[in-house]
Amino acid sequence: MFENFSLWPEGASSVARDIDALYLFLLAISLFFVTVIVSALLVFSVRYRRRPGHHASPIEGSLPLELLWTGVPLVIVLFVFVWGTRVFVRTQTSPLEAMRFHVTGKQWMWKIQHPTGQSEINALHVPLGQTIELTLISEDVIHSFYVPAFRLKKDVVPGLYASLWFTPTRTGTYHLFCAEYCGTKHSAMIGQVVVLDPADYQQWLDGRPSDKNPVETGALLFQNLRCDTCHSSASGARGPDLAGLFGSDVPLAAGGSVRFDERHVRESLLEPSKRVRAGFQPLMPSYAGQVSEGDILALIAYLKSLPPARGARR
Amino acid sequence: MSAPHAGERPSYLGGEYGLRSWLLTLDHKRIGLLYLMGVSAFFLVGGAFAVLIRLELLTPSGDLFQSETYNKLFTLHGIFMIFFFLLPSIPAVLGNFLLPLMIGARDLAFPRINLLSWYIYMVGGLFTTYAMLAGGVDTGWTFYTPYSSTYANSHVIAAALGIFISGFSSILTGVNFIATIHKLRAPGLTWFRLPLFVWAHYATSLIMVLGTPVIAITILLVAVERLFHVGIFDPALGGDPVLFQHLFWFYSHPAVYIMILPAMGVISEVIACFSRKRVFGYKIVAFSSLAIAVLGFLVWGHHMFVSGQSVYAGVVFSLLSFLVAIPSAVKVFNWTATLYRGSISFEAPMLYALGFIGLFTIGGLTGIFLATLAVDVHVHDTYFVVAHFHFVMVGGAVMAYLGGLHFWWPKMFGRLYPEMLARVTAVIVFVGFNLTFLPQFVLGYLGMPRRYHVYPDEFQVLNVLSTAGASILGLGFLMSAAYLPWSLRFGKKAGRNPFGAAGLEWTTASPPMAHNFESVPEVQGEAYEREHVEEELHV
Amino acid sequence: MSETRAVLAHHFESLEQQNEAAAIGMWAFLVQEVMFFGGLFTTYLVYRVLHPGAFAEGSAHLPVALGTANTAVLIGSSLTMALGVRAAQLGRGRQCALFLAATIVLAFAFLGVKGVEYAEKWEHGLIPGVRWSPEAGADARLNLFFALYFVMTGCHALHMLVGIVLMAIVAGRAWGGRYSRANFLGVECLGLYWHFVDLVWIFLFPLLYLLHGHRGGHS
Repeated sequence: MFENFSLWPEGASSVARDIDALYLFLLAISLFFVTVIVSALLVFSVRYRRRPGHHASPIEGSLPLELLWTGVPLVIVLFVFVWGTRVFVRTQTSPLEAMRFHVTGKQWMWKIQHPTGQSEINALHVPLGQTIELTLISEDVIHSFYVPAFRLKKDVVPGLYASLWFTPTRTGTYHLFCAEYCGTKHSAMIGQVVVLDPADYQQWLDGRPSDKNPVETGALLFQNLRCDTCHSSASGARGPDLAGLFGSDVPLAAGGSVRFDERHVRESLLEPSKRVRAGFQPLMPSYAGQVSEGDILALIAYLKSLPPARGARR
Repeated sequence: MSAPHAGERPSYLGGEYGLRSWLLTLDHKRIGLLYLMGVSAFFLVGGAFAVLIRLELLTPSGDLFQSETYNKLFTLHGIFMIFFFLLPSIPAVLGNFLLPLMIGARDLAFPRINLLSWYIYMVGGLFTTYAMLAGGVDTGWTFYTPYSSTYANSHVIAAALGIFISGFSSILTGVNFIATIHKLRAPGLTWFRLPLFVWAHYATSLIMVLGTPVIAITILLVAVERLFHVGIFDPALGGDPVLFQHLFWFYSHPAVYIMILPAMGVISEVIACFSRKRVFGYKIVAFSSLAIAVLGFLVWGHHMFVSGQSVYAGVVFSLLSFLVAIPSAVKVFNWTATLYRGSISFEAPMLYALGFIGLFTIGGLTGIFLATLAVDVHVHDTYFVVAHFHFVMVGGAVMAYLGGLHFWWPKMFGRLYPEMLARVTAVIVFVGFNLTFLPQFVLGYLGMPRRYHVYPDEFQVLNVLSTAGASILGLGFLMSAAYLPWSLRFGKKAGRNPFGAAGLEWTTASPPMAHNFESVPEVQGEAYEREHVEEELHV
Repeated sequence: MSETRAVLAHHFESLEQQNEAAAIGMWAFLVQEVMFFGGLFTTYLVYRVLHPGAFAEGSAHLPVALGTANTAVLIGSSLTMALGVRAAQLGRGRQCALFLAATIVLAFAFLGVKGVEYAEKWEHGLIPGVRWSPEAGADARLNLFFALYFVMTGCHALHMLVGIVLMAIVAGRAWGGRYSRANFLGVECLGLYWHFVDLVWIFLFPLLYLLHGHRGGHS
């Protein structure tokens, strides 16, 4: 019972220290105010306890005091708000350069795919000092990917891509928890995040049987699902050429445009007639039920990797 | 002093006897007692689940129950405690009993609707009890979709219906209180002469009326989705599970203010009485209740910072959540200042009130932690949150309920509770409570998620401490559950005003007669004015 | 014209106080009804923005002619209700009862038309979860539109049924001379309720029936 007992969690990400600083500041403020209030209660209770000869003084209120104890807390909370927001925005802003992993959560396990193709179940090996970004989606109910040592979590929602980034700063093995109740084995949906020195990480990678990496998988799917029969650069093709479009805005048949991102790819696969490209007919069939979340993520990786076709118009 | 004089009218407890006179009563005081029966029963049920949960959590592995059962335990604990104890307790027991007395009225505006609200409450409780007996529900009291709407294998619809039905009890109570406070005040009783208990219940009623219908329709949609799989919350069919969260928390956040505002009203009354002073900053405290009610509707997204909600939304909700803390802080300062140069005695109600101020302060401050976006990312869905809300709900609302129950017990029943025993019990409750929930803040920051049946070994020490505390807390609750009924038969008889409090309710007999007042009083003094208060000794 | 003595409840000091309290209570109740339907309208709003095509297509399935007729019927019933309240105000109990009866008739007419519409949806297999077989090529999210259609109009219809029962009770009382110039509060409150039910339909009708002119990405 006392093995590994501690009162403070280890910090292993670049942002852990910032969050701990905020937390300790809040703790200090709280201890201060609790001490003030409890001391006042105790002191007043003793000094003004009822006894013969002592009567209560009729005191109605005091505007200066009201302003003081409204204003001071207000200033403090606004300070904390600004500080907390700044740290938060940083944690929510995707880094430009990162190793991108795909994570799917399902009752009651985590499936993790490395950018180089290795996959893991309930474990995530990462190299020290490297910025990592996870793209997360659920295959069933809402889960939440939580690594206390990193001080980070993100809900993993069906039908919605979420992302979580971190830079590990300490080697070690850390808990991975599911933090959104998801049914019977919610508390068993746990795993480990293992931070390794870059050399050790490479060794680990080499020792793992690697499937094709997501880009290769996606390329294969693109062929096997016959996407290339419509989506080609040939003139008169029934579907738009998709090369090099990832990240840019594309015009729609009904007017307006949409950003060609993960969401758009997923939607086009599942509900193709929702947003049809300008100049094309709503001919694409839906692939709902034929592609898994992992397949979709692989196709996304593939499309991201395509350079713009030579001579292609924008 | 307390024996009824010949020719005096019988109290509301006498006069009419028999089950029918109670089940068909239109007297707000009897209806308050009917609610007392109901909330007490459901509190025992919810409390039993809590005992089982804490027993299971003594060890890291799941020795006592299967996971599926454990998940039902915490779900039912939450549902019974929130919907069938915390939400109705103070308003429907103390509010019903005291509001007309405090404003010099003979009853609430709509006595029949009052009785109807109790029946609706009991029917809702019956549905939920059926859900429990038929095998339970395991979605968490928050019913997140698509788990609750598509995947759960338990009695979701029965539980959802129980909650849906009980919501109307809340709505009708709110409607009744609003009309009563507006229209049935005695002559001379202007708004700013009202006891702060009344202000608190007015603000609460606004939330009941505006917020409860939204949970009603939300839970109804979950039931529809479950029965017909139409897709409203199922992403596979086009639905949006995060939309459910918005709809759910739009009510369920203001709901916590339904639970705490009446508690704050009780505290104002108790502090004023036992320090022999007007509440410091009366108008500010009154307006704070309204501010909490209004701001409380604007912060629901702070339950959803990591849900996939946009960063901008998170920032807005965070700011508003900080702001909603301010009026509560102001109240704490005002209550503390009320003690200054007062004349303080330490009967049980006052011990509960003092405990409330300390524990609510801690609970409220930990809310600030949760409002801080970056910190919430770490502690959301951990035991930190569990500790926070138990501090405000148990250390706050339940302590206030117990304090209020003791304070007005002599008025309600004409009997004094055993004072020494009650004081000891209050201390036991306070100590037990702290030991139960303080370790949970540490557990939360360490990263132990909530709703976990099994947990990593390193969390065991703190869990053992918490369970130890829970046994002490439970003992305290059981003690009051024992001596309070005991006092009905064996307690000393009480006079009109055993604690020497100001307020119209204390000018009536203990217990009051059926129609409350011989003639409608005319109010000339300010709230908490002590000129005409009889200082009564009640050894 | 008989002046019936009003029944003053024991806890009120005056009839005026009693009436004012009842009015406040009624308005507070209507506010919560607004919030109840508000939750549904919010859900509608969100899904319409997310799936405009499905909503336009679903709306096209709804018979505008019948919907318009029903709207006229319901507005008419609000008129007869208002006339009934007026009659009660003037102490004309029997006239009041007759106007309420007319309102009931119109309400049943509305529900009858709704029944016809529902039956037609059954025929075409457009009831999600119960009988769902939209034609090939239908928008994949058509189920969302129809789910909301049935829940919203269904809740509305339930409110109408409650209203009809209340109208029958009040009409009976009016006929028996219960209301007078000094006491017609019950009829007035019922009128408020019925106008509210009407108002909900005034919002439902365009949002459900009149979308189909705007296919695609507009709202």
